[in-house]
Formats: sequence, C-alpha cells, structure tokens
Amino acid sequence: MKSGILKPGQATPLGKFLAGSAVALYALVAMIPLVWILATGFKSPPDSISYPPKVFFEPTLEGYVNLFTTRSRQTAEYIESLGPPKSWYEELVRRRNMVISGPSRFADRYWNSIVIGFGSTFLAVFLGTLAAYGFSRFKVPLKDDLLFFILSTRMMPPVAVAIPIFLMFRQLGLSDTAAGMILLYTAVNLSLSVWLLKGFVDEIPREYEEAAVVDGYSRLQAFWKVVLPQMRAGIAATAIFCLIFAWNEYAFALLLTSGTAQTAPPFIPIIIGEGGLDWPAVAAGTTLFLMPVVVFTVLLRNQLLRGITFGAVRK
Amino acid sequence: MRGAGPFGSGGICAERQALAEIRLQNLHKNFGDFVAVRDIDFTVDDGEFFVMLGPSGCGKTTTLRMIAGLEMPSSGQILIDGEDVTWNRASQRDIAFVFQLFALYPHMTVRRNVSFPLRLAGVPRREVKERTEEIARLLRIEHLLDLGVGGLSAGDRQRVALGRAIVRRAKAFLMDEPLGALDAEFRDVMCEELRLLHDRLRSTTVYVTHDQVEAMAMADRICVMNHAEVLQIGKPAEVYSRPATKFVAGFIGSPSMNFLPIGEAVPQGSKSVIVNGSEIQVPETLEGISHPRGFLGARAEHIVMSDGGALRGTVFGVEYMGARQLVTVDTAAGRLKLRAPNTVRVKDGENVGLDFMTDRLSLFDGDTDLALQTRERR
Repeated sequence: MKSGILKPGQATPLGKFLAGSAVALYALVAMIPLVWILATGFKSPPDSISYPPKVFFEPTLEGYVNLFTTRSRQTAEYIESLGPPKSWYEELVRRRNMVISGPSRFADRYWNSIVIGFGSTFLAVFLGTLAAYGFSRFKVPLKDDLLFFILSTRMMPPVAVAIPIFLMFRQLGLSDTAAGMILLYTAVNLSLSVWLLKGFVDEIPREYEEAAVVDGYSRLQAFWKVVLPQMRAGIAATAIFCLIFAWNEYAFALLLTSGTAQTAPPFIPIIIGEGGLDWPAVAAGTTLFLMPVVVFTVLLRNQLLRGITFGAVRK
Repeated sequence: MRGAGPFGSGGICAERQALAEIRLQNLHKNFGDFVAVRDIDFTVDDGEFFVMLGPSGCGKTTTLRMIAGLEMPSSGQILIDGEDVTWNRASQRDIAFVFQLFALYPHMTVRRNVSFPLRLAGVPRREVKERTEEIARLLRIEHLLDLGVGGLSAGDRQRVALGRAIVRRAKAFLMDEPLGALDAEFRDVMCEELRLLHDRLRSTTVYVTHDQVEAMAMADRICVMNHAEVLQIGKPAEVYSRPATKFVAGFIGSPSMNFLPIGEAVPQGSKSVIVNGSEIQVPETLEGISHPRGFLGARAEHIVMSDGGALRGTVFGVEYMGARQLVTVDTAAGRLKLRAPNTVRVKDGENVGLDFMTDRLSLFDGDTDLALQTRERR
C-alpha cells in the first residue's frame, strides 16, 4: 500500500523488521545445539573435548565408524601382522591402535526405533481416525464420558504407571518385544490422536458424506473417498505428534527393553561406556537419530502448518 | 416468460423419467422426546415444483431428509414412483439432493464434482464427458470446468451443485434451502433460473425454504409447516388469499396480514363483526366462534383509506415504495399496515378512516388458530 494507510492487522515496515528479527534470533538460538551435535559428529575425539571448543576443525568420519563398529585395542605388532587395511574405515580405526571386532548394535537399535515408532504411529492414527469418525458422526452411548475417559489417560505422566506396566508386560511376555512397545506407545498416543482427529472430523461438514451417499456411495465408501481426503492435513499433523512421541520416548524404552527390542534412545548414551567418552560417536548417533523426524516433518510441513492452524480461520 | 430465458429449449434430458410422484403416508419422526415431524401425509405429483415452507425447526428439512433417505422415519411410509422406499438406503432411491452449503467435494475440480455421480454409476467415459459438458453449458459454468471449487463465488458453487444433481437424471430433485447462502440480489436471479430449469426438465422437485418470497415465486404448490405439522398445502395464490390458519396468514405475505381482535363470540351466519366498537362487514360465516378470542384478518392491500371508514386511526408512518406506499395506521384495535396507491397524499399524524374489502377478509379462531369457513372461502 503506497498510500501509507494501513488496514488493521497489517504490519508496518518497522513491525515486519522487528518480527523478522525476533524469528531469526529464535531460529539461531534453537539451531545452535543442533549445529553443535552435527559438528561434533565429524570431529575427532580429541577435538570434541578440546577447550576452548573448536569451531573450525578437520572433519573425520571416525565418530560414525565408531558408532557402527565395536573395536578392541591391540598391540602395534599384532596390527602390523594383519597386513594392510582392507578399507578406509579399518585404516581410520588402526590409526588409534584398534581393530574392528564386529558391527555394533546401533543398526539393530535404529531399526527397532523405526519399526516401533512408525508401527505405533500407524496404529494410533488408524485407530484414532476410526474412533474420531465414530465419535463425531454417530450417536455413541455415554459419548462424553468415553471421551473424557480417553482424555483422562493423558492426565498423568505415562511413567507414573511404569511399575504396573513393567509387571504386566513381564506376565504377558511382552517385555523386550517390538509388539509390546508398539502396543504401549499406541495406547499412550491414542488419546491424543482421537481428540485431535475428532476436531478435524467435526470440521468437515456432514453434507459431503450425505451428498456422496445420495449419489450412490455406501457409508464406508463415502468415508474412504470423501472424508479421508478431507482429513489429510489432520492425519498428517496427528501422525507427526505421535511419531515424535514414540521416537523420542526414553523412560519406557529403558525400562522395558534390553536385548532384542531396545530402541535407539536408551542405546545412544551407552556408547559413552565403550573406551572412554566417545562424544563423536554419540553425536553421530544423535544426528542419525534426528533424521527421520526431520525428513518426516519437512515432507508433511504444509499439512502440518494447515493442521496446527486448522479451525482458527473459517474458509 | 417461462420456457424462454437462459436455458433455451430442446436438447438436454429429452428423455423424461418415468412417473416420479412422491407419496408420504403418516410419516412421523421423533428424536427422543422431541417430535420433529408429526404424522404428515401428502403427495407430490410427477413433475411438480413442490415447496415446503416454514420457520426454522418446523420439520421441513427433516421431512426432506427422510425422503432422501438421510434420515429414517420413526413410522409411516415413503413411496417414490409407487415403490415403497421407506427403508431403502439413500443410494438406492435414485434421487438427487442439493444442499444449502452446496457440499461440493473440495478436493475435486468442477468437472469432477459434476461428473461424480456418473463416474460412480460406471457410465462410460465418453458419455460422462459429453453429459458433463452439456450440463455445464446449460448452467453456464463451462469456463469453470477445470478449476477447483475453492475459488468459486457462491452463485457458481450453487450452479455446480445443481449440475451435480441434474447430471444424473434422477427421479426427483430434493433441495434444502439451496439459495440460503447467496446474497439477496443473486438469490432473485437464481430463483428465476431454478424455475426456468424446472420448466425445462419437468422433474419432480421438492424444495425446502423458510423464505416465503422464494416459495411464492417458484412453487406449483406450497406446503406450509409449523411445529412439526403441515398446516396447509395449496397453490401460492390459494395459500396467500385463503390461509388455512392464522399462522399461515401471518407467515406468508409481506407485510404480514393485519389481525384485529374481535373480542366477542361470532355466531354462525354472521355478516359482520364488532372490532373495538366498530362494525366491520365480513363474508357470511358458515361456522361460529364461541369465545371472545377470534381475529379478523385483513391484508394490507385489502384496507382502503376513506373519509368515513369502519375504523379510524392516526397515520404513524408512510413508506414510499415507488408505485405504492405502505401506510402504518394506529387504531384503537392496534397498529395496521395498508397499501395505498402513491397518488394518495397522507401525512404522519393525520386522522384517517379505514374501509375493509369485505370479500377478502378472513376470520380466525384464536384458540384453534384455524380459519373460519365463510361464503367466500369454502
């Protein structure tokens, strides 16, 4: 607007500048730990603990190699007797007088995280969608009480019931199984998922389905072909919330898994225990651990933005 | 005027459907303790434009939804084309429904919205394309076919919704306040177009509205409902000039009918009633009112200002409306509105006499709300 007259709610240039600066400043502050982790992953162990901290350093993949392998310290003569190293990572390890004795369990743990995280997210969103649709569209006896009950499962920190769950899982043979963890995370996420999604279903006019039904769809087809496409934004937002919870969950993972079904969060700090404080390996593990959520969120960012602001503005 | 206009003639939907009368028999619907529709019973003739009119919450939409199969009746029967469809699913009734808020699928283009029912029915692609484009031409939305529905104006959206309803050549169209979401100005245009479209397609249409002007303009017959009950079914002129109840009289027409309390019993065979001490001639009554809670009903155009007059009052206000003016007169029997030609000069505060056109007057029983049978209206 050249006239200089501003509509209410329209920002002045100064306002825009201030708002932009605030956002930039916040982004900077929020990014520092992430950049730190990313950088540490590429530092050598001495660089990672040097003081003052090194901002410029010679990058190395040692942290990543250490993350994926187990190594043992050997005498120089023994290493000499093995002949020349067969790969770049062997060479990297031998420089520190170590030999690779096998792969670490990080890949397994990471895979567990993926299976449990995405599995429970899928289940929570799938069941949540059906339940939300039911609560929104049908006459359910004691609807309000049921919804309150579902919500009430969120009213205490899940860890408060850690001991009963630990005992139940042991009795049922679910301890240290992927199925058990998927079940647990699904149960925790379901209340969030039902409530969030119900809000989205409520926003979709019934007329869409009714029009589809009059035009010849069955109720289920109408749900599948008409309601679901409308819910995409809501489902995406809900899925991200569920995934972030299941992916980052630490306490239950530590308590209920050990050998086979352990996820990445309780595993990564354990790397510290192997041959001193291996900060680059921890940072490498953390970097890789962050990736799926970042990718998932970036892929769904448009839906997420719409999802979070949903209902704020009527179309 | 009808038959010409934007929709031209010939071509579309030349093959008329088989007889598609809609018969409702003792239809009843309650939601818990709340009675939404009480024992209604009427037939919509084949090819008729049938308007259900009433204030919101009167049960007209529920009735329409029961005809569509979106709501199941508590008791009673619905027959379409002679076939009992009471318990059939909506998808099995072969009817088309137009919603107030259009209910266009927002993730589809105009073309996909209009062709939706055809694609659903498995009509071959080429025919889908032809019929969709034919309908688009008819409704003048051809240029919008490949746009999303999000950016369309309300009027265009409503055209798309109509297109989706028409394209299927269903047995009947059911419309739930289809013009309710449009601007007043545009509503008039669509009102006319809808009627022309109906004259073209001649398909049975049940149209729900709370707007009596719309109803009067479009209907072959109007069904007036209030409090879950049907009060009167008749041609617009009939409903206007011979309302069956005081409610109908008050609901239809703008300004609404003037009601003057009679204040004493009216014996059968009366030819006049006393309103606030003044004697007013009425058509000979064939029934009586046994209590003093009767009303004399007179429409604004049936009251004439005169020097003498059966009733006198002072002019409270004059609204000039072009060819005519609407004069509000305060009398001892209450405030009356009357229409006068614009040649009559009246000023606020002037004392005027009022004469009533005897033949056109109605009498209502205040207890039952029903109109009295008279010589003029049987």
